[in-house]
Amino acid sequence: MAVGLTHYLAVSAILLVLGVFGIFLNRKNVIIILMSVELILLAVNLNLVAFSASLGDLVGQVFALFVLTVAAAEAAIGLAIVVIYFRNRGSIQVEDVNLMKG
Amino acid sequence: MIVAFFFYVFAAILLVSAAAVVSSRNPVHSVLFLILAFFNAAALFLIAGAEFLAMILLIVYVGAVAVLFLFVVMMLDVNFAELRGGFQRYLPIGATVGVVLLVELALVLGGWKFAPDAMSLRFAPVPEATHNTAALGDLIYTQYVFLFQAAGLVLLVAMIGAIVLTLRDRQTSRHQSIERQHARRPADTLAMVSVPLGVGMAEVSVPPPPAPPARRLAHADGHADGHADPHDAGAAHGGGHHDGGGH
Repeated sequence: MAVGLTHYLAVSAILLVLGVFGIFLNRKNVIIILMSVELILLAVNLNLVAFSASLGDLVGQVFALFVLTVAAAEAAIGLAIVVIYFRNRGSIQVEDVNLMKG
Repeated sequence: MIVAFFFYVFAAILLVSAAAVVSSRNPVHSVLFLILAFFNAAALFLIAGAEFLAMILLIVYVGAVAVLFLFVVMMLDVNFAELRGGFQRYLPIGATVGVVLLVELALVLGGWKFAPDAMSLRFAPVPEATHNTAALGDLIYTQYVFLFQAAGLVLLVAMIGAIVLTLRDRQTSRHQSIERQHARRPADTLAMVSVPLGVGMAEVSVPPPPAPPARRLAHADGHADGHADPHDAGAAHGGGHHDGGGH
């Protein structure tokens, strides 16, 4: 690996923090929250790939592949839920999601 | 040297576009910045030597997930400006949590080193001769084949779930009912009239065809025989309006 492991770890740490920050910042918009979750998972993947390349161990890349799969499934299901929620309520505000409140 | 330069360029664009994703005013811009971030992350993967994952990232994320996001953002008729109402209010707590998390991660990164026997604990060392994709394929299809199948199962469940969630059986649409077509007999719809010679249609009183038997299917009623009796058709239309009333 031409670039040191620490550089990769720093980039992915900042990316993860940006994702968490996005969740807090866009508390009302579910779609941006889903995108922030994608950013967080991308940071995790970057970490896994960096460690895999640094150690010369391929298992990290295999695991990153599975994380990618789960992230894709999560995005599909999340967006489907957003679509049917909007169809039923006419809004995607997170604060409106109180149907199951007792 | 040149690799390090490209690493910093791609990392900078990645972080800037990630910041733009979470702070953009227009969600469409957010999705486009997300695509840019994925491209740069794929470049970082390439620099790390994971070519297969880089291409998979492009195909899966840019080709599927980001387009899905774009589709949903454009399909939903939402006033996104009002969704940004609490932006200023949530900024301090978000910044606080972010800074705390960043400091923690920096502390972790500062005092961290590999275990002494890390190199001997490797599970699947990178083979020398083959390139990344072949090595990864060798690993996935042998040692991790069950996990690979499980990943496929996850995708299958997600696909079925997304279809079941979003599939809407419109009451106003007309489906073809194969079994009703097969069970239909000529006597149901056909009336034989013996017409004398030289008599026009006006003189021959053509009886209306007998109404088809009310053979209800549990779910597909109101589609095929919507015109059978007016009450049924009205009920079907009423259901459709009620369904559409939620918009």
